[in-house]
Amino acid sequence: MMVPPLALFWLVLSGHYTFLLIVLGAVSVVLVCWLAWRADFPERDDVVLPLSPRLPRYVLWLGKEVLVSAVAVVRKVWSPRPDLRPVVGVTPSPDMSVFTQVVYANSITLTPGTLSLDVDEDRIEVHSLDAEDVDVLRDGEMMRRARGLETRR
Amino acid sequence: MIFAVMAALLVTMVLALVRAFLGPDLYNRILAINMFGTKTVLFVAVAGFLFGRPDFLDIGILYALVNFVAVVAVLRLTHHDEPATGRNGDGHS
Amino acid sequence: MIVLEIASGVLLAAGALFVISGGVGLLRFPDFYTRTHAAGLTDSAGAGLILLGLLLQGAGWETAVRLLIIMLFLALTSPTSTHILAHAARRDGVPVWREGDPRR
Repeated sequence: MMVPPLALFWLVLSGHYTFLLIVLGAVSVVLVCWLAWRADFPERDDVVLPLSPRLPRYVLWLGKEVLVSAVAVVRKVWSPRPDLRPVVGVTPSPDMSVFTQVVYANSITLTPGTLSLDVDEDRIEVHSLDAEDVDVLRDGEMMRRARGLETRR
Repeated sequence: MIFAVMAALLVTMVLALVRAFLGPDLYNRILAINMFGTKTVLFVAVAGFLFGRPDFLDIGILYALVNFVAVVAVLRLTHHDEPATGRNGDGHS
Repeated sequence: MIVLEIASGVLLAAGALFVISGGVGLLRFPDFYTRTHAAGLTDSAGAGLILLGLLLQGAGWETAVRLLIIMLFLALTSPTSTHILAHAARRDGVPVWREGDPRR
């Protein structure tokens, strides 16, 4: 199951195709598989990153969001008297697969100014530098886009 | 420009170290050390470009791996009394 | 080519600015959770922009692949480690700083 991607990874990264290096690569692939088997690494379908056709669009949109909120946080850092009003809020995440929820929570944390504290079945606890950021999350644009990744799987 | 980036990274690493020394508690220190690690990855990558040796990027990849595993391991160490949870536990509880 | 160089320089400068701001924020912000935001600033915006800037320097596809792998890896692991750290702090009852509280 895990062998082809690992072997490809080795070949792309090494860039040398001599006999010795290919043997070393095979040995390391076997070693990694043995370690994963020993650690009872669960092979589950929903952890495979689905290459959805919407993934590039999501990444671009997320990059824009990260930049916008990063500028806001930079302003807070350099202002002589930062008006910090951190809040802990809850944003709903109903009926999500584990994968979508992981993507959603990671996106929340990746955006500066918001941080996912606790992930539950149908809600995510968020710490935010600004109460408005939690309201924006509750509006649910990020959630809609994260869901869009799932439906086109 | 590469020099400016390296200077900025060095200053930030020093700031992270100051935070790690000041504390005041364990979490602030782990946070600072984690940030120090990611800055080291960037520093190694930028240094590779400065010296014209892209092989440095491999070291950067390794450092990123080790840094992540180190943070998880430290948290396991300090929270060893809690039941070890799998993917569902850590992501979902 | 000159356009690429200028774009790369702009990205690198912006990344350096974000990284330094994150470092200053790590010292200036009043408690653990707010400092987490400062660290996230350097991890997402700073690292992303610097790596994009290096990508635009144009140095062969092997270098580009490595840079993309570092970028992907940082984008996956840095929120994860930030989340487990904040989650552990929250479970241990590290209090959240409110406006007007003393610095911690």
